[in-house]
Amino acid sequence: MTTQSDPPKQAFRLSQLIYDTRYRSLTIQTVAMILLAVGLFWLVNNTVQNLQALGKDFNFGFLGERAGYDINQRLVEYSSNSTHGRAALVGILNTLLVAFLGCILATVLGIIAGVLRLSNNWLVAKLMAVYVEGFRNVPLLLWIIAIFAVMTESMPQPREFRGETPTASMMLNDSVAVTNRGVYVPRIAFTNSLTGNEAVASRDGLTPVASGGIDWLLILVVLGASLFGIRAVRRWASAQQEATGIRPVTWYMQLGLLVVPTGIVLLILGATVVNPYLKGFNFTDGIHLRNSLIALWLALSLYTGAFIAEIVRGGILAINKGQTEASYALGLRPGRTMNLVILPQALRVIIPPLISQYLNLTKNSSLAIAVGYMDVRSTLGGITINQTGRELEGMLLLGGFYLVLSLAISTVMNIYNSSVKLKER
Amino acid sequence: MKKTLFLGALTVAGFASAASAATLDDVKARGNLNCGVTTGLTGFAAPDANGVWEGFDVGVCRAVAAAVFGDPTAVEFTPTTGQTRFTALASGEIDMLARNTTWTFSRDVDLKFEFTGINYYDGQGFMVPRGLGVSSAKDLDGATVCIQTGTTTELNLADFFRANNISYEPVPIETNAEAQQQYLAGACDVYTTDASGLAATRATFENPGDHVVLPEIISKEPLGPLVRHGDHEWGDIVRWSLNALIAAEELGVTSANIDELAKGTNNPEINRLLGTEGNLGEMLGLSADWALNAIKAGGNYGELFEKNIGENTPIGLARGLNAQWKDGGLLYSPPFR
Repeated sequence: MTTQSDPPKQAFRLSQLIYDTRYRSLTIQTVAMILLAVGLFWLVNNTVQNLQALGKDFNFGFLGERAGYDINQRLVEYSSNSTHGRAALVGILNTLLVAFLGCILATVLGIIAGVLRLSNNWLVAKLMAVYVEGFRNVPLLLWIIAIFAVMTESMPQPREFRGETPTASMMLNDSVAVTNRGVYVPRIAFTNSLTGNEAVASRDGLTPVASGGIDWLLILVVLGASLFGIRAVRRWASAQQEATGIRPVTWYMQLGLLVVPTGIVLLILGATVVNPYLKGFNFTDGIHLRNSLIALWLALSLYTGAFIAEIVRGGILAINKGQTEASYALGLRPGRTMNLVILPQALRVIIPPLISQYLNLTKNSSLAIAVGYMDVRSTLGGITINQTGRELEGMLLLGGFYLVLSLAISTVMNIYNSSVKLKER
Repeated sequence: MKKTLFLGALTVAGFASAASAATLDDVKARGNLNCGVTTGLTGFAAPDANGVWEGFDVGVCRAVAAAVFGDPTAVEFTPTTGQTRFTALASGEIDMLARNTTWTFSRDVDLKFEFTGINYYDGQGFMVPRGLGVSSAKDLDGATVCIQTGTTTELNLADFFRANNISYEPVPIETNAEAQQQYLAGACDVYTTDASGLAATRATFENPGDHVVLPEIISKEPLGPLVRHGDHEWGDIVRWSLNALIAAEELGVTSANIDELAKGTNNPEINRLLGTEGNLGEMLGLSADWALNAIKAGGNYGELFEKNIGENTPIGLARGLNAQWKDGGLLYSPPFR
């Protein structure tokens, strides 16, 4: 090698690719790239050759074929005459349902447990510690199966509700039935339903009442408008406070905005509560929360909630004690200190790991296999694959679905994160 | 770089060829047969107290192993569920599947499997607790039904209830043991599967008499062993091992008299079957006494049946359709010639 001060004009030599720092990184990257490409090529080629050897082709036409099997929990219209694609959709909705319910309950449990674990009350703090450590350190699958087994084995059968002297009875004024096939709760139906659909089952002597999707959509729209109005009232109150120094009393306006419009819509639609009742082998009418859903939902929530509790606790502990002291010095009570000073700052620390927990919960919902919950893994990734023999296509679709879902959750949560993170100006 | 590409190409070629290589060679090289069975169905395939697999389907696996190796214990049993069985077979994890699997058109043609015969003619039935007072499957409107997912019974069930215009609530379960637990806990009113499976399951109950199998048989379920499509030599071995068991019963060859008969008889078909005449074993790529070993493994078809699921066992299945053709059944082995 020559000295740096006097670079001679030398022809490019191959050894420079390794020994010359100007080219070395390029060389390494090129080699890595080629290895990656070869690896990918090998995977694809291997797949193609093996598919050929098995005499199988690669197409997604099976999604349009008749499924032929029934699914117990359906959020959209589905029968055994529907297509495999429709079955996959039913499964997707079931996955979304349990993931959504799970995320909400896990967050509530997590925040409560996380805050209470920091309580000065020894008993409460220790109880929460037991909850967190108990659920965090035992595999999720065991909790799912345990809850499912308790529901199945120890709850009464529907037929025990029957007869002159039934051994089991419904709770809450004959509105909720807890059986070993799930929990039946009342549903809200509309006598003046916009859909005009007849309900499927009707008790003798009572007119059937439907609850259509359009009715619920209308209620949601009204509720959304109410919330919008409440925000306007709050903004107005804040503006008044800025201007005059006195915050006007608005709670009755907010309450009125929340309750009155929705109440009027419910009244017009003729909302009634329909209780489940025993008919034939099972309870009918009302909403049937199956054991599989309950077990999966509770186990996912309790398990993930334990992790969220630790995240919340960590977030709160990350806030300097000086903040609390300053808040006390201003005369804020402990409750308001937590809500107005600590939690808003802690959220910045809490949100990013919380996203991971939501993603975990969503993907863990595929453990539904243990209790026969008909999620997308059971329909598309289970029965459909089994009946059509399209393992590769089905698994690719399944992987793609979970990927898209996870990315969507991440995106939404990241947007929220950027709205609460420290604004630096 | 060239070397990497070359190695890559080599590996590709290696893997691809492994998938299509002759199964018989693989099995011989490995020294044992990988056989897929149920996760546990008494009488058909279940481990005994010592962990040794036994049962009617297991008998078929052992017969094939005996035909290939002369040793009925050279079998590795892989428990599979209704959902995992086909993937296990297609991927080469198992060499053959003997798991109460129904022979259907789409499994044969579309899923690319080769059914090598029928070892049990079955049909789908329903079992309910006697206390329910149900006498016909058509009374089951609104009932909760336990059903193993990934099976033909799942599809038959949907069709049956649709055809009769009655509704039901399916409870999907993964294995027979799980179904049994759910059914006994009353989480479902009805358990439906092949009638033989119902009998086998009921036999393990504490009070089998408290449960009735409804008279309706709603489907044809010809159950048999199957192998991967494309390797006909291996398919032939499994097919004729099963046929040997059936033919042995027809010809009166039992595990008791087989050693006597193997010394030579006046019946040329027995001689050909047991390898004292002709070269049938050689044609299969096996030893001359392949069928002799297969039959000795657990006895002929009738002996296997009586020992595992017959009327003197707790399961108590009658021969019915599964009797020899001479006795009015459907068992009919093509001639050994």
